[in-house]
Amino acid sequence: MAKIKGSIVVNIDRCKGCEVCMVSCPTGTIAMAKEVNSRGYNYAYPAFPDLCIGCASCAIVCPDGVITVYKTKI
Amino acid sequence: MKEVTGIKEIIKPENLAYRKSNILTDEIMHYCPGCGHSTTHRILAELIEEEGLQQDAIGVSPVGCSVFLYNYIDIDWQEAAHGRAPAVATAIKRLLPDKFVFTYQGDGDLAAIGTAETIHACNRGENILIIFINNGIYGMTGGQMAPTTLPGMKSSTSPFGRDVRSMGNPIKMTDLVATLPGTYYVTRQSVHTPANVKKTKKALRKAIQYQKLNKGTCFVEVVSNCPSGWKMTPTKANAWMEENMFPFYPLGDMKTPVEVSDQQSKTGKND
Ligand SMILES: Cc1ncc(C[n+]2csc(CCOP(=O)(O)OP(=O)(O)O)c2C)c(N)n1
Ligand code: SF4
Ligand code: SF4
Ligand code: SF4
Ligand SMILES: [Mg+2]
Repeated sequence: MAKIKGSIVVNIDRCKGCEVCMVSCPTGTIAMAKEVNSRGYNYAYPAFPDLCIGCASCAIVCPDGVITVYKTKI
Repeated sequence: MKEVTGIKEIIKPENLAYRKSNILTDEIMHYCPGCGHSTTHRILAELIEEEGLQQDAIGVSPVGCSVFLYNYIDIDWQEAAHGRAPAVATAIKRLLPDKFVFTYQGDGDLAAIGTAETIHACNRGENILIIFINNGIYGMTGGQMAPTTLPGMKSSTSPFGRDVRSMGNPIKMTDLVATLPGTYYVTRQSVHTPANVKKTKKALRKAIQYQKLNKGTCFVEVVSNCPSGWKMTPTKANAWMEENMFPFYPLGDMKTPVEVSDQQSKTGKND
């Protein structure tokens, strides 16, 4: 059976570290970076990229339009 | 752009599932982390792009945290004095009836200083869309009590909680305007989860489409957060909102065009 795989791109400097994407991700792909961006926020990043299913929940709940989502069948 | 990515091989144009609308400018919005104003702006930009309205939309921005909204969505704007957005939008729509005209207002703007403008524009049935961001507080000026502040809710001017005996009761503007004959579509939504974002986007799309019919005012409330004014992290603020704001401001449609025709047929029968 074909498996759906996703991948996200986080625009680091647009992220404000609100964590709303992290709590909305159904697969636990996202975590907050220990490093901060140019504005001092701990930004979101795909800590477990293999888990991503490309559902875009993170992107549609992100207040700041930080995340771009790609999705494909493998 | 500095970025961090997932699996590189999947990142190809043909696999694109979501990107921010280009109508939302690249300027970083000034809002606090997790603020519902940003989410609502993002959805609005997506809808203006998807509905092909960039040339025809004219927004009226308020006074409040969203005062700089005109920097973020690339359409025509007019900034209104505090609370006067529905009056300004009335003039714009009457002069340019073919344009899609909307206001975007906070609860202090719409339900305190601008109460008269809101109610009379809705009662006249102006063919505009009013987007109402209700975070129960004056966010911009330091978290003072608003007309929408919940009973018992703390704010900088009600530090021990709103006592309704001395401070009055919160006002449910959306319920109120739904009773006016001039409103065509009235709904209350939120933007704090992916499912709620989808619902709000659907409601706003409907409102935009109804607006083309020129049958009256559309009114979309977004029950929103103010993490800074409420003094909570964004995720805690969203949980607090679910627990405390939603019971008082329940989500859902309050008046839909079907109801409008129902009401008309009912009055018809009574006649
Ligand atoms: C005529 C006038 N009175 C008062 C103010 C001060 N003022 C600025 S924003 C605001 C309230 C904003 O609250 P709200 O509309 O709820 O917006 P929010 O910041 O919460 O989104 C007030 C009272 C003003 N700018 N102009
Ligand atoms: S696309 Fe879905 S699975 Fe992937 S990170 Fe975002 S929310 Fe999680
Ligand atoms: S929701 Fe957006 S702004 Fe908030 S942490 Fe996630 S990517 Fe950053
Ligand atoms: S003060 Fe409140 S409403 Fe204003 S940007 Fe910050 S969180 Fe949003
Ligand atoms: Mg407010």
